[in-house]
Order: sequence, then structure tokens, then C-alpha cells
Amino acid sequence: MTAPQPSGPDTHGVAVDAYTAAQAAQDAAVGHETRTFKLWRGADGKGDFQDFTTETNDGMVVLDAIHQIQAEQCNDLAVRWNCKAGKCGSCSAEINGKPKLMCMTRLDELPANEPVTVEPMRAFPHVRDLVTDVSWNFRVKPRIQKFTPRPPDAPDGTWRIQQADVERVQEFRKCIECFLCQDVCHVLRDHHKHEEFIGPRFLVYAAALEMHPLDVAERTTALKDDFGIGYCNITKCCTKVCPEHITITDNAIIPLKERVVDEHFDPLRALVRLVRGPKRK
Amino acid sequence: MAEYQTVDHDVLIIGAGGAGLRAAVEAASTGLKVGVVCKSLLGKAHTVMAEGGVAAAMANVDDRDNWKVHFADTMRGGQYLNNWRMAQLHAQEAPARVNELEAWGALFDRTPDGRILQRNFGGHRYPRLAHVGDRTGLEMIRTLQDHGIHSGMDVHMECTVLELLKDGDRIAGAFAYDRERGRFKVFRAKAVVMATGGIGRAFNITSNSWEYTGDGQALEDLAVAALQDMEFVQFHPTGMIWPPSVRGILVTEGVRGEGGVLRNKDGKRFMFDNIPDNYKPQTADNEEEGWRYTQGDKSARRPPELLTRDHVARMIVREVKEGRGTPHGGVYLDISWIKEKLPNATEHIKKKLPSMYHQFMQLANIDITKEAMEIGPTTHYVMGGIRVDGDTQMSTIPGLYAAGECAAGLHGANRLGGNSLSDLLVFGKRAGQYASEFAQSQAAPSFDQEQVEAAAARALAPFERGSNAEGPYQVQESLQTTMQNLVGIVRTASEMERALEELKVLRARSEKVGVPGNREYNPGWHTALDLRHLMIVSEAVAQSALARKESRGGHFRDDYPDKDPEFATFNHVIQRGPNGEMQLSRAIIPPMPDDLQAIIKENVS
Repeated sequence: MTAPQPSGPDTHGVAVDAYTAAQAAQDAAVGHETRTFKLWRGADGKGDFQDFTTETNDGMVVLDAIHQIQAEQCNDLAVRWNCKAGKCGSCSAEINGKPKLMCMTRLDELPANEPVTVEPMRAFPHVRDLVTDVSWNFRVKPRIQKFTPRPPDAPDGTWRIQQADVERVQEFRKCIECFLCQDVCHVLRDHHKHEEFIGPRFLVYAAALEMHPLDVAERTTALKDDFGIGYCNITKCCTKVCPEHITITDNAIIPLKERVVDEHFDPLRALVRLVRGPKRK
Repeated sequence: MAEYQTVDHDVLIIGAGGAGLRAAVEAASTGLKVGVVCKSLLGKAHTVMAEGGVAAAMANVDDRDNWKVHFADTMRGGQYLNNWRMAQLHAQEAPARVNELEAWGALFDRTPDGRILQRNFGGHRYPRLAHVGDRTGLEMIRTLQDHGIHSGMDVHMECTVLELLKDGDRIAGAFAYDRERGRFKVFRAKAVVMATGGIGRAFNITSNSWEYTGDGQALEDLAVAALQDMEFVQFHPTGMIWPPSVRGILVTEGVRGEGGVLRNKDGKRFMFDNIPDNYKPQTADNEEEGWRYTQGDKSARRPPELLTRDHVARMIVREVKEGRGTPHGGVYLDISWIKEKLPNATEHIKKKLPSMYHQFMQLANIDITKEAMEIGPTTHYVMGGIRVDGDTQMSTIPGLYAAGECAAGLHGANRLGGNSLSDLLVFGKRAGQYASEFAQSQAAPSFDQEQVEAAAARALAPFERGSNAEGPYQVQESLQTTMQNLVGIVRTASEMERALEELKVLRARSEKVGVPGNREYNPGWHTALDLRHLMIVSEAVAQSALARKESRGGHFRDDYPDKDPEFATFNHVIQRGPNGEMQLSRAIIPPMPDDLQAIIKENVS
């Protein structure tokens, strides 16, 4: 295995400017240690953990270590990523058994004395190494009735909205579509109800539309009949893993369930039944 | 014979960031068969990273604003090398494009009377950036994505284009491979819109992700379209610098818009020391006035931290070079100081800059409501790109269009913050519209089988060389280091000549790299294929930069530190000669019409 180079720039013998030099000096000064990574390797669901050892330094995230292994030891190690800043939601994986973004998981928050395990999300079909086929999610979204605004408020075709009304849904609109909530949802992960249930991500999406201050479309029938909102039994696993800290269950799913109940199960009639008892022939 | 699948579209859009999606929505609205090809999953393109906002002279916050002021600001920021027609259309049409997003579901922050709120940003005279906290780009791309999936467009995700196909002189489509399985695809199309974004991966320190390897610029160059003003690369002044693994990640200009200040290690606000003459009349000369400006006082002038990005980046480099930098080789960006001014500063910062708070907390253990950030410049954006017609966005090849970052013209020598999101909307729409019109007037093209065979053979060559050959990552790293050190923020002839020599060597290395494994989701192979594009754009940047013997906007020469009026009269154009060599020439900028000249004069002070 190749020893990693110090991460300072290769200067090609050219006098670099003081700015670059100052940064290179800092790189050399950071703390280094050698760590072991158990990375899932294989294709189409078959595979196994493979051990890699690489040098890590202060502040590194899991994705940095994977990139280093990829560049130095294993060019074809498959990993999906994009922004490396926690904003695009591409690099979802299970790190030490916990669903996380690789780019936002610092090595120093993981136990130092044991290997770091990284495996692909388990609720979706496996492609290769750390990459899964998440295309199911992209097929679900178009099934949800699109945004349908009320007529504009002003003659110039614009709307007037209060900031408080914007803020109510901004929490849901923070979603980066990393699909970690789908990965941990037992309805999908363990019971494979992908045909009947749209999962927490798309319940959040539906909630954002339903609570959008301008939207007038009706989605409760579909939520009940086509999107399987009843399957969710509020175990809140999705909320716990959300990297954007969206309170998925309490703020999105439960209010949607209440809307479904209000629309489709008349509470007054239910109360009458409760008091009178079931109708007698 | 290479195996491939042929897919037919009327209009093919390459790239699914803001420009590509806006173009696709427009083209699909005409009922044509529209295909979108993107390297990542849908909705992951770099538009998600845009933080500050989208610039549009809606005058919701300051009623003195209008398209003319926005036009003049954009031209001043671009040092008058802009395509003035594009700058005009952009300023005129941006408000309608923003309002349209709202009709498609985007939710911007509001003014007290319920209209779209606008914030201050560098180089913009009035508060002009419609925004959603500091995640405006995410709101924009998600709105376009969620609207677009109901428009009938076909999306080909995780698919990389390797070659543009031509039918005689006109465009015929593109040759591509899907990244997941490595299978080849031929997209046949009557019109093609290039919307592939930037070239940031040609540099070591960058805010750009792996995708930004200059594919659009390089592919059009290979198809013998023209590239324009490639020397103008924007180094954003505020990227994270510590710890090393986060170096380059963007820190939004919105921090300064909300009152954040730049200080050197001695605590001095060094930006007051060097305010360019052409900005002096509209820049505050004391800290108190600067603060009042950020809080919406219309009588106050903006603080020097909100000068254009090229200037702020160079001032930061100067502080560090002269020994006044922070421990990790940058300067301090401090928003926490506003607690001296605002009673609820902590909550205010978290609300206005939520993702910055989160990013520093999680990646650097810094609470930005309590302490200063350490920041330094990062490669962010390329102003240059594919040369296009200002109205239609058509390149010099019939039927081939370009929009967004990969196109040149709007931003001239330097882009103002906030003008990229509006660029995507205004010119994405225009490209989609004119590409559709072109497609409607054309019969289906045919393509050259031999060109496809050659492209397929070239794509598979790295496997034949295998893992005994040099790997792609080593060549990529050397290329990035060469560009960073020799064609970076501060440039000089001897270094750029050396860079061009090194690029020749690197090109030879890049053509011999080998990769292990097979075609299924193989990042080594993907990196090897991207190298061809990176090499082309790097050479174009270095050649153009060497030839521009002056300093202007994003291009700064140590050996020619001043602006030269002669260089204000033309754009640099690169186009392949008959033997495939890169040829640099000058294209005279057409004279600006009187009415636009008058607008610029009115807005001088």
C-alpha cells in the first residue's frame, strides 16, 4: 500500500505565493493517524466488507477517507457524491450501522479504537460497492399532485404572503433528498412496501404542498388510498436520521394523518356511534 | 462495432442545474420531445449550493431600483467586457423569471407587506437579491425539478456526454454513457442546449464538485464552436480554509450582506484601506455607515466588504502575503460582532444564515454566533465560456445553444453575486425557447457512424491500458496543482508559460492513463474520461490569460497590474484551426447603442 503524501501542494519547484505556502505549512502541522476502514465491496447485492488502511488527519470526514482510498489504493471503488458540503444529499450510506451523509460525518466523532464500517443504504437495490439504485424515489414523486396555486393576489400576477406562513413550510423545503429517511423506514426497509407506501421523504413533500400558503389542490384521498399514509406507525426513526433536522413525524406526517382523518372519517358520526353503540337491526 | 442504444429527442438538454432545467421546462412547454441528460441524480447539480439569492430589480425593498440600475451595476462589475445585449435582457427579464418561480411553488422570504424580500449583495447598488435564508439555490432547483417532472421531459440521470455529433455543419446530437452500468447511448436531436456549468475542478482549491470538469466548454470546442474570455475565472473571497478537508467549501457572501466584516489578525478591517476609485462614491468610508447600510438605511453607502469579489479576494491574499493573516493562512470573517448592535443577534444569525451556522458547527466546531470564521479565496465560477448570440443563446454551430455558467457574455470580466441564478433563469428560458424554434424548423438529423465508433473506442481505451498504467487521479491532482499555482488568483507571464509547457506534458499523461475494474459505476474510469475535458479548458484558460496583458476583473497580472484601455475593446476568442490546434483571436466588442450608454452615464456615481 502506498504511503499517503503529505497533503500540501506539489510545488513543481516553483516558488508558490505566500498564501499557498501558508496553507501548505498548516497542512503539514495537522495531527495524523492511521485508521482502518471496512468498506462494502461487491455488485448487485453480493459482496463483503474489505479492509483498507489509510492515514487520516484532523477534521477529516468519512468521504475524505473514501476519496483518499479511491485515489491511492482502489481507483474503481464506487461511491456517489457531489457537493461535499451537506447540501445535495448524494453521499448517503450506513456508517458504523447508522444512516448518515459521508460528507458530514467527521472521523473524530466515531470511536477511535475500532474500524469505521461503511456500507450502502439497505432499503434500495444495490448497484456496486457503496452505491444503490435510488431511482424508485424519482418515480414516486411525479405521482403526487403538483403544486397548484390560488389565483394571484395582485393585478401584476404576484401574491402577498406573510413571512410566518412561509416559515411554516420552510422546514420541509430544506429537504435535500438524501433518502436516509426512506432507508430507515421499516415499512420500506423491512416490509418492502414500495408499491403501497411513498415513505417519509414524500410525506414531507406532500406536507410541504398541503401547507403551502398558495396551494389549493386536494391530496388527502391519494394519501389515504394510494400513498399508504396509514402504514406509518410513528416510530420516528426517520426524524432521528434526518441530516437537515426536519421533524418529519411530528410536523409533517402526524398533521397529514389528521387531515386524512378530518376529510375521510367524520368525527361527529364516530362520536354518535360511540355513545349510542352500534346500530341495531 | 460499438454497442449503443439510440434515443431520439427534438431538443436535448445537457446538464440539469438551473439553466438546463429552465431550458427543459421551456422546450417541453412547446410540446416537443425533450430529453435532459445529467451527470448526477436529478436535483443534485451545483445550483443547490447557491446560497445568497437571485438578483432581480423588483424594487420590493428599495423603490429606486429598476432594470437600468441593475444593467449598469452588471456592466461595471464586468468591467465593460460584457455582452451588453445579454446584460440588458438579463436586467429586464429577471423580475418576471423570479415571479414565475413563485407561480411554480418557490417560497421566498417576505417583506412586511407580503412581497418577495430582497437583500444587499456585493456590487449591487440596492437590495436586489430575492432569497430563502441562505439556501436559495436549493429552493430554485427543487422548484424547477418539481415543476419539470410534470412537463413531459425525459430525464437521463447519471449519464455523461463524451462527444457532440454533427450532421455536416449542424448539430445532430450527442454520444454518452450511463455511469451506473457503463453502457453507451447516442442521443439524436435536432437542437442541443449545453448547460453543463463550470470548470472549478481544474483547480485544487474550489467550491465546485467533481462534476465541474468543463464538459460543455470542451465539447463545444472539439465541435469547433468558439470559446470566449476564458481567462476570467472568479475566485470567491470567502471559502472555508480549516480544517484542511473542508478547504474551498463556500461561505456565502450573504454573511457580509447581513453585516459580517473582514478583519486581519490584528483585528483591523483592512477593506477600508483600498477602495477602487470607480467604487469610492458609493462605498462607506467608516464602519458606522457600513453597518447602517446592511440594516437597510437608504442614506448609507455599502461597506467595502461588499465590493466586487475579485477585489475582495485580492485584498485577502495581500493581507496573508504581508503577514497579517490568521493562523491557518486566511483572514477572519466575523458576523458574531453584531451582538454589539442587535439584542437578539444569536437568533438573528441562525435565522438568516442557517446553513452557514450548521456547516461551521458540524465541520469546523465553530459557533459563528460566538466567534469569527477563518476564510480564504476559493475557485468558484468561470465568467468565460461558450460564445453565444445574446438574444438566442445559439453558439457558432447551428442548432447548438449554451446557457448558464458554461456560456460567456453576461458577466464580462467579473460576475456579481446573485447574477448567476438570474442568468440561469433568463438565459435558460431563452435557450430553451430558441432551441425549440430551431428544432421545429428542422428534419431529423443523421449522424456519422465513424464518429460514434471513434468515441466509443476512445472511451474504452483506459481499460485496455489497465491498472499498470498511471492512474487518472494522479494526473488530475497534478493538473489542479499546476493551474492553482501557475494560473491562479495572481498571474504572471513566466508562470503561465511554464503552465502551458506543463499542460503539454499532462496532456500526454492524460492520454495514457489506465483504470482497473469494469464499466459498472467505476469512478476511476469516470475520472479518466473527464480528464480530456479538463485538459482542454485548462489550456484555454492559460492561453487566454497569458495573452491578456493587463489586470481586469477576475484576471489579475502581477506583471501588468493596471487596466489597459486597449484591452477593453475586444473579447478573447478561442477556436480550433484546420489542424485541430487552439487558436486565440480578438473579437471587437460592437459599439453599445446610445440608450444603453446613457444609462451607464446616469449611473456612474
